[in-house]
Amino acid sequence: MEVIDGNFAIAEAIKQIGPDVVISYPQIPSILILESIASFIANGEMDSEFLNVDSDYSAMSACIGVAASGGRVFTATASQGLALMHETLFIASSLRLPIVMGITNRALAAPINFNADHSDSMAQRDSGWIQIFSENSQEAYDNIIQAFKIAENKDVRTPVMVGIDSTFAFNLHENVNVQTNDEILEFENKPDSNYSILDIENPKTVGSFCTPDYFFEHKINQNKGIESSRKVIKDVGREFGDRFNRYYGYFETYKLEDAEFAVILMSSAAGTAKKAVDEMRKKGEKVGLLKLRVFRPFPYKELGESLSNLKSIAVLDRVLTPGTYGGPLFIETMAALYSLEKRPLVYPYIYGLGGRDITLKHIEDIFDDIKKGFNNEKGNFEIKYINLRE
Amino acid sequence: MITLKELTNKEDLFVSGHGLCPGCGIPVILKLVLRATEYPIVISNATGCLQVASTEFPATSWKLNWIHSSLGNAASTISGIETMYRVLKKQGKLQTDTEIKFLAIVGDGGTNDIGLSSLSGAIERGHDFVYLCYDNQSYANSGGQRSSASPIGTSTSTTPTGKVLPGKLQYKKDITKIIAAHKLPYVAQTAPWNWEDLYTKAKKAFDIEGPAYLNVLNPCPKEWKIPSNKSIELTRIAADTCVWPLYEIEAGKNININYKPENKLPVTEWLKRQNRFKHLLNVENRWIVDEIQNVIDQNWKCLLKQEKRGINN
Ligand SMILES: Cc1ncc(C[n+]2csc(CCOP(=O)(O)OP(=O)(O)O)c2C)c(N)n1
Ligand code: SF4
Ligand SMILES: [Mg+2]
Repeated sequence: MEVIDGNFAIAEAIKQIGPDVVISYPQIPSILILESIASFIANGEMDSEFLNVDSDYSAMSACIGVAASGGRVFTATASQGLALMHETLFIASSLRLPIVMGITNRALAAPINFNADHSDSMAQRDSGWIQIFSENSQEAYDNIIQAFKIAENKDVRTPVMVGIDSTFAFNLHENVNVQTNDEILEFENKPDSNYSILDIENPKTVGSFCTPDYFFEHKINQNKGIESSRKVIKDVGREFGDRFNRYYGYFETYKLEDAEFAVILMSSAAGTAKKAVDEMRKKGEKVGLLKLRVFRPFPYKELGESLSNLKSIAVLDRVLTPGTYGGPLFIETMAALYSLEKRPLVYPYIYGLGGRDITLKHIEDIFDDIKKGFNNEKGNFEIKYINLRE
Repeated sequence: MITLKELTNKEDLFVSGHGLCPGCGIPVILKLVLRATEYPIVISNATGCLQVASTEFPATSWKLNWIHSSLGNAASTISGIETMYRVLKKQGKLQTDTEIKFLAIVGDGGTNDIGLSSLSGAIERGHDFVYLCYDNQSYANSGGQRSSASPIGTSTSTTPTGKVLPGKLQYKKDITKIIAAHKLPYVAQTAPWNWEDLYTKAKKAFDIEGPAYLNVLNPCPKEWKIPSNKSIELTRIAADTCVWPLYEIEAGKNININYKPENKLPVTEWLKRQNRFKHLLNVENRWIVDEIQNVIDQNWKCLLKQEKRGINN
């Protein structure tokens, strides 16, 4: 057990995994992960190659170069940095490169802001990456370790981004169970790479120009990777649990079995939401929580099954997607429920933009709100904003 | 010195069937560069004419390992590849005993504009690679727009000549000198009319340890608006007018000028052969031509001085 913050937890996981190359470009607060790794290397505690590059765009480009050469590579970013990588994220996933990236989820400018929300990752939700979100430092550590195994699986070969809310990442120290190096190495067990641009005996053209004759098939083939990850994410989560006694799936349910009302959200706000559920349960309220861990691939079937018997649910998005009728989590949840015969009423909420607090009281109010019900007319949604100044 | 015959006997690693325009300088440049090392080459090619025309899926013109990622990141992509090569060597896990050479190939737009930070960073980090810029002075593959390598007065699709404007209003970036300011082991400017010069410089670039930069004039019949059978000889006129001097800079210090025209031609000899400059020969644009001539003369004088005294004095 170590008392560390989320950044250090991720750095610790990377030290144990020991990727061939770590690529670095400064971004607050993800750079703290990379600084820790740099000092591990400077002190001889790990011997990965550390490459300081000229931009976030170059960082992902260099990751592509390493991974296309059969190497294991890690980088970390957030916010503006992730936005600048946008073009290359699609290239990484299309070339089926198992890159792993830590994201300290942070708001996107303007105005510029250093605090937590999910705008950065959510803006990349169609980039073809697997997206996993962590509630706290322990989960960030565990998710990074699982991420390599998921990404490198031969049926998957798809990059993974692991998010942790920036608040947690850089100033909240918590107890984290850190496994031994041997345990991690045994768990990881890297398979051979897909292809290597350094394999000079077998020349390859990677990243061709493609006409309408083949493009569609390429994209559908690529999609098979992330579709295959559905099973692999489950298997890896189970194996991780069997070994280290911390089990992972697509989502975590909390007191949901007999619940009538539930809150759905991701990442650090789950801690507060669990406390709110406990408080309300004490008063005899049938409330529960579903914390989504894997946003891409989105677990439609499983999520729908877990929610279909509820009376009503509040979906809490930590991102504003202008011009829509709710955040991405709300819209995906609606889609997951639509084809079910029995389904709850669903209410869209948006909270926590740019690091705005969400408290126990706010979540209790949400439960009261959805119990009463509001705006039940079909097709008419009113987004509620939590803790927004009037 | 190698003979042309010996060169032609070497295997072609870039083969025909590609869709580059007739008279395009790129295949000539490539055939010389790819023959300039005995070692296997891994290429990182930026988006542009060469990339699009040589890799239409499922065909390819490349008989070596080649990767394309995007327009502005060929240098950072090769940084990752070269780094992984060093890591595998250190780990003793490289599949082959032979040394591998790394080559980034990028157009002038990808070099001077969108990929400049990526290139500068890769040089500053000291990766062992060769960067080849083929300068057709245009965003050719996207339809012939102005780049910061288009010369002043060029008519391009985004700096068209009109009733009030004479084409591009700004000077071309001096990218060779910008790169030389990084004080890297080797920088050279060359052109395909002088195959010996091009080949020798490419060989030096591959042989030297650390980053090397080659700036090669790439005649482009389509955007220069010239007959396709005149493209290579036009690059000689670029040298004879001192529009495109052939020179090299070693270790950021010594400049060698590799070709000094006995009879330096006026810039009009270069301009009048290309329809992209046709309008400059109208009387009302005389002042632009005078200015261009002036700048060429100054640059040439400066180069001669630098050759004598070293670039930093
Ligand atoms: C990020 C990005 N912006 C714009 C483009 C559009 N684009 C494709 S090729 C090209 C021209 C590149 O010019 P240059 O580097 O000079 O190479 P050339 O086409 O002349 O071979 C452009 C602008 C792109 N592919 N990617
Ligand atoms: S447009 Fe110019 S550079 Fe491109 S292929 Fe044609 S001649 Fe070559
Ligand atoms: Mg060009």
